Amino acid sequence: METIKRNKNERVLFIRDLNISFKTAYGIVNAIRGVRLDLFKGETIAIVGESGSGKSVTVKTLMGILDSNGVIDSGQIIYTYKDENGDEQEIDLVKMNQKEIRYKLCGKHIAMVFQDPMTSLDPTMSIGKQIMEPMRQHYKYSKQEAKQKALKLLEEVGIDNPEKRFKQYPHELSGGMRQRVVIAIALACDPDILICDEPTTALDVTIQAKILELIKEIQNKKGISVIYITHDLGVVAKVADYVAVMYAGRIVEKGKINEVFYDPRHPYTWGLLSSMPDTDTNSRRLFAIAGSPPNLMERVNGDAFAPRNPYALNIDFKEEPPMYDVGGQHRVASWLADQRAPKVSLPVELQEKLEKMKKEASIYD
Amino acid sequence: MTNIRQPLLHVENLKQYFKVSRNYMTKAVDGISFDIYEGETYGLVGESGSGKSTTGRSLIRLYEPTDGKIIFDGHDISGKLNKEDEKFLRTNMQMIFQDPMACLNPRRKVSQIIAEGLKIHHICKDNDEINEKVTNILDKVGLSKEQGTRFPHQFSGGQRQRVGIARALVMNPKLVIADECISALDVSIQAQVVNMMKDLQDELGTTYLFIAHDLSMVKYISDRIGVMHLGHIVETGTTDEIFKNPIHPYTKSLLSAIPHPNPVVEKQRVALNYDKEKEGIDYNLGHQHQLSENHFVLATDDEFEKWMNK
Repeated sequence: METIKRNKNERVLFIRDLNISFKTAYGIVNAIRGVRLDLFKGETIAIVGESGSGKSVTVKTLMGILDSNGVIDSGQIIYTYKDENGDEQEIDLVKMNQKEIRYKLCGKHIAMVFQDPMTSLDPTMSIGKQIMEPMRQHYKYSKQEAKQKALKLLEEVGIDNPEKRFKQYPHELSGGMRQRVVIAIALACDPDILICDEPTTALDVTIQAKILELIKEIQNKKGISVIYITHDLGVVAKVADYVAVMYAGRIVEKGKINEVFYDPRHPYTWGLLSSMPDTDTNSRRLFAIAGSPPNLMERVNGDAFAPRNPYALNIDFKEEPPMYDVGGQHRVASWLADQRAPKVSLPVELQEKLEKMKKEASIYD
Repeated sequence: MTNIRQPLLHVENLKQYFKVSRNYMTKAVDGISFDIYEGETYGLVGESGSGKSTTGRSLIRLYEPTDGKIIFDGHDISGKLNKEDEKFLRTNMQMIFQDPMACLNPRRKVSQIIAEGLKIHHICKDNDEINEKVTNILDKVGLSKEQGTRFPHQFSGGQRQRVGIARALVMNPKLVIADECISALDVSIQAQVVNMMKDLQDELGTTYLFIAHDLSMVKYISDRIGVMHLGHIVETGTTDEIFKNPIHPYTKSLLSAIPHPNPVVEKQRVALNYDKEKEGIDYNLGHQHQLSENHFVLATDDEFEKWMNK
């Protein structure tokens, strides 16, 4: 595995202290609380978390498709790209309005693959037309040019007999094929950033593996940056270079994939890793994180995970932990990382699991 | 699990065809046979379109099976049901569905939803007994009595699925068919629900038919597993046999497709490919080969020899 140098000149996306809230009939929901994230060229980031942790909201902001009751309270999203003349441009997405983002960037520079390929494709349009649409819109390609490129794209995403498929409609294709078409549409304008929002949750495991391999292959070929949103740690392990674990609208732990998986520091990450079913242990019981995610309608006092956290300290209920630097790229928002905190050792099962993982991994070194 | 006991559910050559048009018939389930013994969990896995959900729905008679024999605790429940058998089936076999929001009536309180089966079948003498049973089962699935007075939309996904499970178990059924009952839930909640289902099984002695596409979860809950593909059970055996010694190439590809949460290993691994046409496998030609007491593989003699020597 080649490592991506996270070097400032290669930075594509730069998110600082992003706060987003939603106005609902029941009050204000603080969905995103101070997210800070960088994305570099050619890198794959995975954002992991439960539903409602704010991972989808974060990327929807990038696409300018935030729901109409959502408000960006503060923060910065700086996106760096090369314009038509090859000059480097920097823009702040927070300062643009949603329509502007959609017309200028969405589909052209930042593209997205959604969870369910049946609902993200237009059932009344042939797939060829749908692939041509972004190119005709953004680059004003002629029909002929667009068709040539669409056929090439279909071939690239592993659909054989593209001439025939070009004229077919989404309902004529299987789920895996449809997702390939969605990927082809996303790649139509050669974007810099590809956002995959649970791209394989609606698909079978056998097809999931193929789609993930396809995205990886395309990424290597074109050097684009990919943001994955998922709750499946197995998928994360397969694709990501860098992981951010989100809980209740905050990033609680982030770092290079090996740092987070082999040396997790936040109790929530411990829980996630332990509750991941293992195919080759004989334990008959799964570890489960007790309780359920907090309601963000109420103001969160202290660490949002504290009520579910068996290792919670007193201060966890009073004050929100800052981000601690625990070496390398690894950052964690937990009071346990503080110098004054008592030393807490990992749960025994997880320790064994990590030992085993390291042993398995050492074979490949 | 011993084999000497009579199976609770015996399925023989079950076929479920759907007529699509005058000339075309979808063979969703094409002649499958299996037994489920009392107190065990039988996992049925396969990709979408393999007929695993159809099997579950045919067993509980949401469909009319085309052919085959289903014996449930001594009652023949295939073919036309007489009143007595129908009552036996409806009270002793229950189903848990995939989407807990879609399967709960949004206009009724949770306690009413759970009590519905008891009322329809006149199982309880009076309302007090119904209330007692409902409170009891709510407690068992980890919900409080007060939560029974709420409506489904006031619950989170995991809690709703608990209601679905409570509704199935309040009838004290012999067999529960759980059709993808955890795939709509978050990972941390999935583990909670699976653990709870196991605890309830230990306590009540219920038998489960657990239908899922996620092999790793199935491993935790099942005693025996059947792997389905295109309407056929291609391999069946105890959980250990399937995971440690898979024979059929489809089982192997399914196992290899499970992503492991180990970044260094996972980045190197490539999932096995399975192409039925390329390998020239025709499920209709094969028959079940026995490897051990519980382990069966669907294959022709040639294929079986080839796979065993690999």
